[in-house]
Amino acid sequence: MMNPGLYHILFLSAALFFIGVYGFLTRRNLITMLMSIELILNSVNLNFIAFNKYVWPEKMDGLFFTLFIIAIAAAEAAVAIAIIINLYRSHQSIDVENAEDLKY
Amino acid sequence: MNLLLLIGIPLITAVAVLVSRSKQQVKWISLTGAAVQLAASFALLFAYQGQRTAGNSTQMLFEQNYKLFSSFNINFHIGVDGISVAMILLTSFVLIAGVLVSWNIEKMTKEFYFLLILLALGAYGFFISLDLFVLFFFLEISVIPKYLLIGIWGSGKKEYSANKLALMLMGGSALILVGIILLYYNAGQSFDIMHLSQVNLSGHLQNIIFPLLFIGFGVFTALFPLHTWVPDGHSSAPTAGSMFLAGISMKLGGYGCLRVATYLLPEGAKQYADIIIILSAIAILYGAFATMMQKDLKYINAYSSVSHVGFSLLGIGMLTQTAITGALMQMVSHGLMTALFFAVIGMIYDRTHTRMVGEMGGLMKMMPFISTVFFIVGLCSLGLPGLSGFVAEMTVFMGSWQNDDAFHRIATIAAAMSIVVTAVYILRAIGQTVMGPVKNESYLQLKDANWNERLAAIILVLAILAIGIVPGWLNDLLKPAAEVIMNRLSGK
Amino acid sequence: MPNATIIALIPLLPLAGFILLGLFGRKIFKTSSGVIGTALLLTSTILALYTAYDYFFVYGKVAGVYQQFIPMKLTWLEFSPGVSIDMGLTVDSISVMMLVVVTFISLMVHIYSLGYMKGEERFPTYYAYLGLFTFSMLGLVLASNIFQIYIFWELVGVSSFLLIGYYYNKPSAVAACKKAFIVTRFADLGFLIGILILSNSAGTLDFNTMISTLTSPDSDAVKNAAATSFLGASALTWGAALVFIGGAGKSAMFPLHIWLPDAMEGPTPVSALIHAATMVVAGVYLVARLFPVFALTTPAVLEIVGWVGAVSAIIAAIIACTQTDIKRVLAYSTMSQIGYMMFALGVSHYGGEAGLGYTASLFHLFTHAMFKALLFLGAGAVIHYIHSNDMKDMGGLRKYLPITHITFLIACLAIAGVPPFAGFFSKEEILLAAYQNNMTIYWIALITSGLTAFYMFRLYFSIFWNKPHVVHGEKHGPAASVKTSEGKEGGFVMMLPLVLLAIGAAAAGFIPFGEFVSTDGKALESHFHLQFSIAPVALGLAGIFTAMWLYKKQNNKPEKLAASFNGLYKAAYHKFYIDEIYLFITKKVLFNLIGRPAAWFDRNVVDGLVNFSGNATEFVSEKIKKMQSGKVQQYAIYFLGGVIVLAAVFIYIWK
Repeated sequence: MMNPGLYHILFLSAALFFIGVYGFLTRRNLITMLMSIELILNSVNLNFIAFNKYVWPEKMDGLFFTLFIIAIAAAEAAVAIAIIINLYRSHQSIDVENAEDLKY
Repeated sequence: MNLLLLIGIPLITAVAVLVSRSKQQVKWISLTGAAVQLAASFALLFAYQGQRTAGNSTQMLFEQNYKLFSSFNINFHIGVDGISVAMILLTSFVLIAGVLVSWNIEKMTKEFYFLLILLALGAYGFFISLDLFVLFFFLEISVIPKYLLIGIWGSGKKEYSANKLALMLMGGSALILVGIILLYYNAGQSFDIMHLSQVNLSGHLQNIIFPLLFIGFGVFTALFPLHTWVPDGHSSAPTAGSMFLAGISMKLGGYGCLRVATYLLPEGAKQYADIIIILSAIAILYGAFATMMQKDLKYINAYSSVSHVGFSLLGIGMLTQTAITGALMQMVSHGLMTALFFAVIGMIYDRTHTRMVGEMGGLMKMMPFISTVFFIVGLCSLGLPGLSGFVAEMTVFMGSWQNDDAFHRIATIAAAMSIVVTAVYILRAIGQTVMGPVKNESYLQLKDANWNERLAAIILVLAILAIGIVPGWLNDLLKPAAEVIMNRLSGK
Repeated sequence: MPNATIIALIPLLPLAGFILLGLFGRKIFKTSSGVIGTALLLTSTILALYTAYDYFFVYGKVAGVYQQFIPMKLTWLEFSPGVSIDMGLTVDSISVMMLVVVTFISLMVHIYSLGYMKGEERFPTYYAYLGLFTFSMLGLVLASNIFQIYIFWELVGVSSFLLIGYYYNKPSAVAACKKAFIVTRFADLGFLIGILILSNSAGTLDFNTMISTLTSPDSDAVKNAAATSFLGASALTWGAALVFIGGAGKSAMFPLHIWLPDAMEGPTPVSALIHAATMVVAGVYLVARLFPVFALTTPAVLEIVGWVGAVSAIIAAIIACTQTDIKRVLAYSTMSQIGYMMFALGVSHYGGEAGLGYTASLFHLFTHAMFKALLFLGAGAVIHYIHSNDMKDMGGLRKYLPITHITFLIACLAIAGVPPFAGFFSKEEILLAAYQNNMTIYWIALITSGLTAFYMFRLYFSIFWNKPHVVHGEKHGPAASVKTSEGKEGGFVMMLPLVLLAIGAAAAGFIPFGEFVSTDGKALESHFHLQFSIAPVALGLAGIFTAMWLYKKQNNKPEKLAASFNGLYKAAYHKFYIDEIYLFITKKVLFNLIGRPAAWFDRNVVDGLVNFSGNATEFVSEKIKKMQSGKVQQYAIYFLGGVIVLAAVFIYIWK
């Protein structure tokens, strides 16, 4: 069994990021889009942790950033879900295609 | 004399107008404010003359300097020279006349008067400030009320005109702002006019900054071909709005062209003088010919304004002391004259409900007072001796002729030709409206001017006569200031 | 020495009248305004006569030469050191002579108008305008500064405009006053540019300094100005010629005369004052004032003056023979007589005997003022009686208007140059001056003098003889039936000026004018050549008898004569179509080819550019607003694309 190196983790993180982007761009369901954003955030988290461990093992900055992002992601999810619920109440749908009142 | 008074009085008046309760109260507060302001302007004139006769020969008098933003070296620096005093007097005359002719405004009276006074406040601040930042601030203050005055109280295609005017003036302001900032960074991080007038920027730099400032202020003073906001803006504006627009606002531009562009950037001015002369000579003749074909009284006066203001720019472009003095006189004279002209047009329109010259006729019979004032202002416009227009135009001509090369001569002759064309369109307008047989039977019931209209007209006529009959005082006021600018231009 | 206060009061009193009556006339002096105006002018006239006596007989002559005095000079507006407009009083022989003429004629008109204009609604305004005119004319006469003369020049122009347009509700009067102002304004443009040129060359606006600088051939000013030339003429020639254009416009010289006949739309006394005796001779006065410059520095321009005068004289005389409006006949006759004065100046030289033309010109100005004012006032009396301007409505009036008849006859004899009336002497001198200097002009003048006699007596016989007058005829229209003056000849106030002017017209010729007025101030002996005066007098008498033969009795001879001269008669009747030419130039060329395109250009091109920039902005934003679709995922794609592009830029380009 080979120890995973920095590149493995970066590869995983990149894959996770693009899965998230793909999901964000293609899904019509707002909840799924939110989940995609979570994936993107997590890929970033992975990056931070990995760089922290392999490049600057004596520092803690990466860890702190990750913790911040997790906290913000939680708050953001709460706000986003509240917005989605309100949207559902007004539009009877959480399809993003229907929520285009803010166009020109 | 404390110059803060000049912006303090309008400020207090404006606030008092806002908190007053009835329309009657609004009018009287405004009138009182304007009267006090006129008195203060006269006090300033006498104090200024007193200081000068006492031998005080510093360039600016009554200076005050307060720090505004010290990190950017922006100061609230104010002071006056002869040019500012003359312009302040002009503003006060137009203000009180404007307040008087708007006496019968019914729609949103309070807001109307508030905006009028705010506009005047901007002009006063502009004329006394010696710091480009403050100057620009006041310039902008005077733009916004115009937009609202035309957009709300105007007539005809008022939204279009208001937009056009505001956008064109804002465009001019943008150029000015860029010019000011370039000056600031290239002349040792200072906005102070007195400091900048000591700095000699490289010719190359001046050639870049001068057009920005001159065109920017030129938009305000209807520099050809950036004059098209004038006819539309004037024709749509309410009477007092037109008066302020022509009497005050266009003068802001002329003052800026001279005080900021020409004075601070003499090399640039010399570089572009020929272009200014060509443009203003075109404006003079072309404006006059375009006026000939107009049928609406307000368009007639608006186009004739383009022509007359051309004389100020011509005088500036000629770069001789006499011509610059003449240019300043023309600003004062034209301010009084057009304000009065618009006031008269407003009075006629209020009665006949038309501004088309072809539909009127024989108004002399019903309204001798208004008609007489119409005659006087018309004759002033065509440069009759004894009225202010003559003095100003002749000074410009005499100054222009001092340049003895063919180019300047031809430009002067071209400009002088306008006195004939002006006579044609003014007499056409007078002949068709005031004289001739009465075309419309219902006009026979019309009444002559009310007390407020009479007072407004008399105030302005007196000012026109004061310049026309004894021009010496104005000449003495403006000439030393023009000399300072000339010294800077000739590098002394 | 002249008394500055007294001389300053002469113009200031009419000004006071103008201000007083202009401001309060309608309310306070509704009826008394005429008397006030007349009283003020009477004072002025007395002061002027006193000044004239004082100048000519007490202090004016020093060592046999009349001197020029400037008792007062105030700086009005200073342009640059040495160049300023001064308001000064000039006292020399021509200005004093003009003072007398202007105040006297103006006084006569004031008195006459008390009767003529009685009952007019705007009576006070009328007297206010008269006061303004008299003030301006006197200011013009007294000017010591070329710009001062220009200022008053414009002021007389505007008073003339106001008075022609006095009947403001008559469209023809409105058109006439506009025409008068604009045509003279056009000429004034020349005057103004001339002033700029001359003052720039001389470095001053002051008459005396200017004349002395410009007439000394060694001065730098003259040398420089002579060196700079434009279109083959030197700067000074241009300057003098342009100044003369100003004079020609005001004096209604060909081809700038078209406003004068129309100006007869004004009240008749006004025509007598402004368009016959005083304002229209301002051009002559201007040339006389600058005569040294014309004669010594720019003789070419003086030659032009002579020819313009001669051509105007004969053209106007021919036109006058065909007109039927009596005031228009008089207007053309005025133009013709001013032509005489002009060419007299044109054939004159400076100094001594050679300056005869100058003296003769001003002498004719003096006598002409008398008899032409008389003719106009007489015509006014006729019009007042008959309520028509047209010769065809008149005839046989000698019994009804005896005083008018006699005075009119005297004036006609005077203008026809019959001895011993005033016109004979002045015309004689003019012809002599022309004879000595330019034979062509002499012959033109001679023919003109014959024509003058003819058309004046055509007028006289048509009014007072010819067909019998029908009392209470319907011919006069509704106005006559009012019977305001039917059977009566106007009151004392209207007859007094006629009689006084008739005395002037009869006797003014005996004044030894040459002693007082000459180019250099020295007395000029007037020689009387009997054999020389035979030709003009004979021609004059021939003209009179022809007119008598044609017009004394009602007959069809005039029609036959007109038919035989068909082409010429028609052309003259239509004033040689000069009005039509002007109309073509202004209406077709100025309005259609310059004004209309300028207005169109402004609305469509300049304004179009502004609107185009607005429309272009709108168009572009209309196109790109689709990007704002409201679809979050599209935004995300744009965002991603942007990030990728930026990343590529930063990685590969901006290393």
